[in-house]
Amino acid sequence: MSVYETQGFKLDNSGKRVVVDPVCRIEGHLRVEVNLDSNNVIRNAVSTGTMWRGLEVILKGRDPRDAWAFTERICGVCTGTHALTSVRAVEDALAIQIPENANTIRNIMQLNLQIHDHLVHFYHLHALDWVDVVSALKADPKRTSELAQSISSWPLSSPGYFRDVQNRLKKFVESGQLGPFSNGYWGSPAYKLPPEANLMAVTHYLEALDFQKEIVKIVTIFGGKNPHPNWLVGGVPCAININDTGAVGAINMERLNQVKSIIDRTKEFIDQVYIPDILAIGSFYKGWTYGGGLSSKNFMSYGDIPQRANDYTKSNLLLPSGVVINGDLSKVQEVDLRNPDEVQEFVSHSWYKYADESKGLHPWDGVTEPDYSPEGPNFKGTRTKIENLDESSKYSWIKAPRWKGHAMEVGPLSRMVLGYIQPKQYPIIKDTVDSALRKLDLPVTALFSTLGRTAARGLEAGYCADLQVQQFDKLMANLKAGDTSTANVEKWDPSTWPKEAKGVGFTEAPRGALGHWLKIKDTKIDNYQCVVPTTWNGSPRDAKGQIGAFEASLMNTPVAKADQPLEILRTIHSFDPCLACSTHVMSPDGQELSKVTVR
Amino acid sequence: MSIETFYEVMRRQGISRRSFLKFCSLTAASLGLAPSFAPKIAHAMETKPRTPVIWLHGLECTCCSESFIRSAHPLAKDVVLSMLSLDYDDTLMVAAGHQAEEILAEIRKKYKGNFILAVEGNPPLNEDGMFCIHGGRPFVEVLKETAADAKAIISWGACASWGCVQAAKPNPTRATPVHKVITDKPIIKVPGCPPIAEVMTAVVTYMLTFDRIPELDRQGRPKMFYGQRIHDKCYRRPHFDAGQFVEEWDDEAARKGYCLYKMGCKGPTTYNACSTVRWNGGVSFPIQSGHGCIGCSEDGFWDKGGFYDRVTDIKQFGVESNADTIGATVAGVAGAAVVAHAAVSALSRARSGSNDQNNGGK
Repeated sequence: MSVYETQGFKLDNSGKRVVVDPVCRIEGHLRVEVNLDSNNVIRNAVSTGTMWRGLEVILKGRDPRDAWAFTERICGVCTGTHALTSVRAVEDALAIQIPENANTIRNIMQLNLQIHDHLVHFYHLHALDWVDVVSALKADPKRTSELAQSISSWPLSSPGYFRDVQNRLKKFVESGQLGPFSNGYWGSPAYKLPPEANLMAVTHYLEALDFQKEIVKIVTIFGGKNPHPNWLVGGVPCAININDTGAVGAINMERLNQVKSIIDRTKEFIDQVYIPDILAIGSFYKGWTYGGGLSSKNFMSYGDIPQRANDYTKSNLLLPSGVVINGDLSKVQEVDLRNPDEVQEFVSHSWYKYADESKGLHPWDGVTEPDYSPEGPNFKGTRTKIENLDESSKYSWIKAPRWKGHAMEVGPLSRMVLGYIQPKQYPIIKDTVDSALRKLDLPVTALFSTLGRTAARGLEAGYCADLQVQQFDKLMANLKAGDTSTANVEKWDPSTWPKEAKGVGFTEAPRGALGHWLKIKDTKIDNYQCVVPTTWNGSPRDAKGQIGAFEASLMNTPVAKADQPLEILRTIHSFDPCLACSTHVMSPDGQELSKVTVR
Repeated sequence: MSIETFYEVMRRQGISRRSFLKFCSLTAASLGLAPSFAPKIAHAMETKPRTPVIWLHGLECTCCSESFIRSAHPLAKDVVLSMLSLDYDDTLMVAAGHQAEEILAEIRKKYKGNFILAVEGNPPLNEDGMFCIHGGRPFVEVLKETAADAKAIISWGACASWGCVQAAKPNPTRATPVHKVITDKPIIKVPGCPPIAEVMTAVVTYMLTFDRIPELDRQGRPKMFYGQRIHDKCYRRPHFDAGQFVEEWDDEAARKGYCLYKMGCKGPTTYNACSTVRWNGGVSFPIQSGHGCIGCSEDGFWDKGGFYDRVTDIKQFGVESNADTIGATVAGVAGAAVVAHAAVSALSRARSGSNDQNNGGK
């Protein structure tokens, strides 16, 4: 048993060990172990990525123009963001300039993903950590209607409407088959909403499930399908034809009208349902201030949504960029993804091998040699039946990325705070955040919490819904000016490429900062590395014992019932973890392949 | 998929009616419901239950689940609330950890031989299966145990059906499709990366409605959705037949919606419903939005050359005719490329001989 301090947290693993595996309602496979003290307060937290697929190993030797399709399959939830990051990395390596329309269409697709992902995350992966479905059966539909109408002008709010939903829910519960709601933590004292708020939220859970499939149709129009739309190095694959023979086979006025209609309806839903719900639910949990973790100390965003094509500098990005360390909000530093001393990955506590594990490696020079080895003095179980992991040893399939040696939190909260503290460039973000805090009568420090993370995601969805409108208008203005170009094919043919090249592409994925680094040699991928948001947030410890954002966020949280992990789920879910993303990881040189034993 | 009622199962296990009613009262109480709910629960348990579904996740990216919830008809909401009972699905379920594992154990026991197992993703076999860990154990163990009690298995998507991206060369984790691990259960493959939402819900509702497994082709895919190639029903097919091709991204031909064959479209060798059912409520499909099909429902599509390489192994060109006759028809208009291509196809066809049939999936 040990006690030590890091990043302002005192870690003590002497108390009762509680294991949550699988952590459900996330993408992929995650395990969490915590130690509770005698008052059921979390005094040590251990998060473990429990899958590895090896996509970068698979990418070696392939055509860089195909890489977007492989990396897109890293994640079907944040579908598209890896593909966009990939085409940007290849374009960076080959110095390809894309047309304005291609940039704008990509922005619309990326914003669309942010909005869709945030909405589905809140209602379908997170809300039931705050909302008690069974309590909704006790609600008075008339009072539910009054509540709904007091917070929003959303038309679906009559007493009869809520009564119908409640009756359907009753019938469902009476069937005795609760499906995905079985064995939930219903009735737990950790739930604080009155029945009416629960009924309203459950109703919107169902409405959002219906509506989310409409949002993505924009991506389908430009990319052909969703999930996993199609992309193109040098632009976008969808040609535009506004006024000529064959327009019906391209992006035409009908298609654009459909995009516009969905953009408008999406904005309505976000503004009239999602954000009011977040604020309403938040108002009942104001006293639950846990989960801040690293969010006020070390956080980062690469920025995204370039207003003009081909300019990825800070001043051209509509989603904020920057880094804050040691809680100094007055000083925003810049990230340089090419600097070998900034972003580095460590494996001292991950199931990988480095020649020297005291050092980190920059992604262009990264190594990934899988080495599954659950061990350590506190490890309990066997190689294929883990009871307790030992965090003093290796314990995760996730590597530990660090920025200049610091563990970082990334995601919507980091982006919104970076916007908030750079108000000259992002006045709308500042106003949006201030307005929400005013409504809840909370200080800005309240953002640094589980609920702050959840609220920031909602506010960001609203910001992105506005940007989607703005980007569509920009597209139309450019078309009106006579530019219908969507692809630059000058360097499509690999014979035009240099013998060797390297590039980096970045986006802000819904979950946070995402970077792809690649090297091209003789027209093929020589090395491909991704450092993804959940690698940052779900990071295990590093050689110095620094904990990652998930682990930090769980610290010092009281748990109402030790055998029900509701508070743990609540905080972990607030990050919107994506484990397939974080643990797809890779290898630069393919050497390690010979070391993967085939049994 | 007719199954015993819960009441029948309890009686068969020697539980008295009196105990059954007590169980119903306790269930109502544990849910925080009034005692008046008990008879309603009892009634439900005495009538035919909704078919339980266990949805397991191996190595995957969750695109299949994301696709499923986009179904326009039926709505995902209606599938989950009214048509089946999605009792275990780690992506959507409220419970986690022990509470989740309890459900898995309970459903396996209570509905032994009567539930549908839906698998998204696949098990890796290297590192003793620990490249995918579920509850501290190899996913492949959980898959095998659960499959042993299932009535039938649906392999969602390219991962479960064929292996997909993590099984692309050199397949470092030895990701293995479900049918190579489970060999004693009926398996319905619904390939695609992901499959079309309405195809997924149609396969499920077919099974619930007609109480049987859909008719499958030799590769185990439902014939109703995977019996024809994208190319056979593509709306751009007339441009192929007329020899009108996109030669370069965003050229005049691209703007006119000509055929994407020369840009590497895999429609001619891909069996799926994209060109007919289309995507996201029929809004579009890859070719309609200007990119060739990448063949994502085909076995090993990641390792069949680049996505922009022209297909050279078309077995049959037409719905009814073969590569030779189509080659002859279009030779005059389509130019040397297609002629050469047709010659290659004819050659490879001759070479592969009787195996040819197999590749068609018939």
